Amino acid sequence: MSFNLAWYCSFFLVLVLIFVPIIGVTAGLEVVFGIIIPYLAILIFFVGMVYKVVIWARTPVPFRIPTTCGQQKSLPWLKRTLRDRLENPFTTWEVIGRMILEVFFFRSLFRNIKAQLRDEPSYPEKKRLVYWSSKWLWLGAIAFHYSFLVILIRHLWLFTEPVPSFVRLVEHIDSFFQLYVPAVYISGIVLIVALTYLLLRRIFDPKLRYISLFSDYLPLFWLLAIGISGILMRYFFKVDMTAVKELTLGLASLHPHIPKEHIGVIFYVHLFLVSSFFAYFPFTKLAHMAGIFMSMTRNLANNNRAVRHVNPWNYPVRVKTYLDQENDWREDMAKFGLPLEISVEEAKKLGKEKLEELADEEAARLYNKLSGNRHAPVFPETEFLRKQIKEE
Amino acid sequence: MYDGGKVIIGLIVLFIICTFPFFYNMGRAAKVPEPKLDTPAIKKLPEWERVCVQPTPWMRANHMRLLDHWRNWALREANREYIGFNGKRYTISLQNTCLNCHSNYDKFCNECHSYMGIKPYCWGCHLQKPKEWAKGELKEGR
Repeated sequence: MSFNLAWYCSFFLVLVLIFVPIIGVTAGLEVVFGIIIPYLAILIFFVGMVYKVVIWARTPVPFRIPTTCGQQKSLPWLKRTLRDRLENPFTTWEVIGRMILEVFFFRSLFRNIKAQLRDEPSYPEKKRLVYWSSKWLWLGAIAFHYSFLVILIRHLWLFTEPVPSFVRLVEHIDSFFQLYVPAVYISGIVLIVALTYLLLRRIFDPKLRYISLFSDYLPLFWLLAIGISGILMRYFFKVDMTAVKELTLGLASLHPHIPKEHIGVIFYVHLFLVSSFFAYFPFTKLAHMAGIFMSMTRNLANNNRAVRHVNPWNYPVRVKTYLDQENDWREDMAKFGLPLEISVEEAKKLGKEKLEELADEEAARLYNKLSGNRHAPVFPETEFLRKQIKEE
Repeated sequence: MYDGGKVIIGLIVLFIICTFPFFYNMGRAAKVPEPKLDTPAIKKLPEWERVCVQPTPWMRANHMRLLDHWRNWALREANREYIGFNGKRYTISLQNTCLNCHSNYDKFCNECHSYMGIKPYCWGCHLQKPKEWAKGELKEGR
């Protein structure tokens, strides 16, 4: 999809999402936009997330494929610092440490580098290629995610009565500057600034613009619309918040009703944008909320050289043992003086079937030793071949 | 499903986070606030004069902005006159105008504010608040 198409499609889709509730509520469909759609949205969100997670969990990851960037655990005299242990984890605790760094501090974005040609008169080309640290994406991402988290926690005041003290504490810190009435929340400003940056970098960086899709612009516009509608409602087009809380608390305690006091349409716009966003969430890149915990390049210990990982769908392989070799070529091997486990005379005494049985046992022992398997393996291909021979 | 135990624990955590407000509110019937307008000063007024400086729906949504403006006009611009939506003149004063009618803090102001978890900071300056009002007041807030 070209830039123009992706950009305009996502922009106009969000415009449509704004106008749908305006038209709907004007037509008197408060019950649909205030009760039915929010419930449907949270249902779709939860079921969708479970569906997504189950799909991921059913995908086998037979090998350890972490992307690492530290000294892996090796010989004892190769020293590993704390950084190596977190960047190249060997134990479960190191993996947990690595995941904490990733989830709370966005470690992988912090590692972003940028290639740049810098003027360097002493070089024959007069230019020098340098790779330097680029933290802007990390900064934008962390500002956005944390302000979004603070906003989510703050919104709990709408769904709880009495309001829990941690929500009040977050509100208190968030309105630290006590600017304007009602007090301006820092998180709201940070959210809008961060989202604007994340959008502009997609538009103005040619490389990013080239790889950005409809599904990249849409959530940014959507979140901007949610943030702006919320800010407009709080500071400019004010609505009766007591009635709003009556509605939201009704939703949270499963006694939904539309309050008799009128609530301004801006509230329904905000609510519809949020509801539709939650319904959209699990089926897009936003599902990284759960996906981060299941990404196999991050959540696995890099212990391939110490622990044998057996592919779960590997069937047991009937290897050819030395005894098989003997059974096939015993006389010839004896003639050339090669060592035999069972001599020609003994073999004649035991009989062909007994020899085959012994070879099978030997193969099973070998397989178990290699795979760590404690049960008698079934060699499907041997069984199949035997059956075929019998039938013939 | 691989690592089923861990995945299910994660999904349960997600479910608890999603439904936290439901479990938090369970067994507690939230009373919808009904601010009382039955103070002696209001009762004395004839039915048609029982209006605020602006219409009730507007006041419900905007009273905090109005009070902020009133403070600025009275204290910073020395303007003590306000013309209500029906053309009536009011003196800009929290204690003499607002609280003259709404003299029931617990049943009027606090009825909604405690429901909303908001502590108005009017009383940071207005020290003449009757003692009995302090009882229902919130401990902390924004």
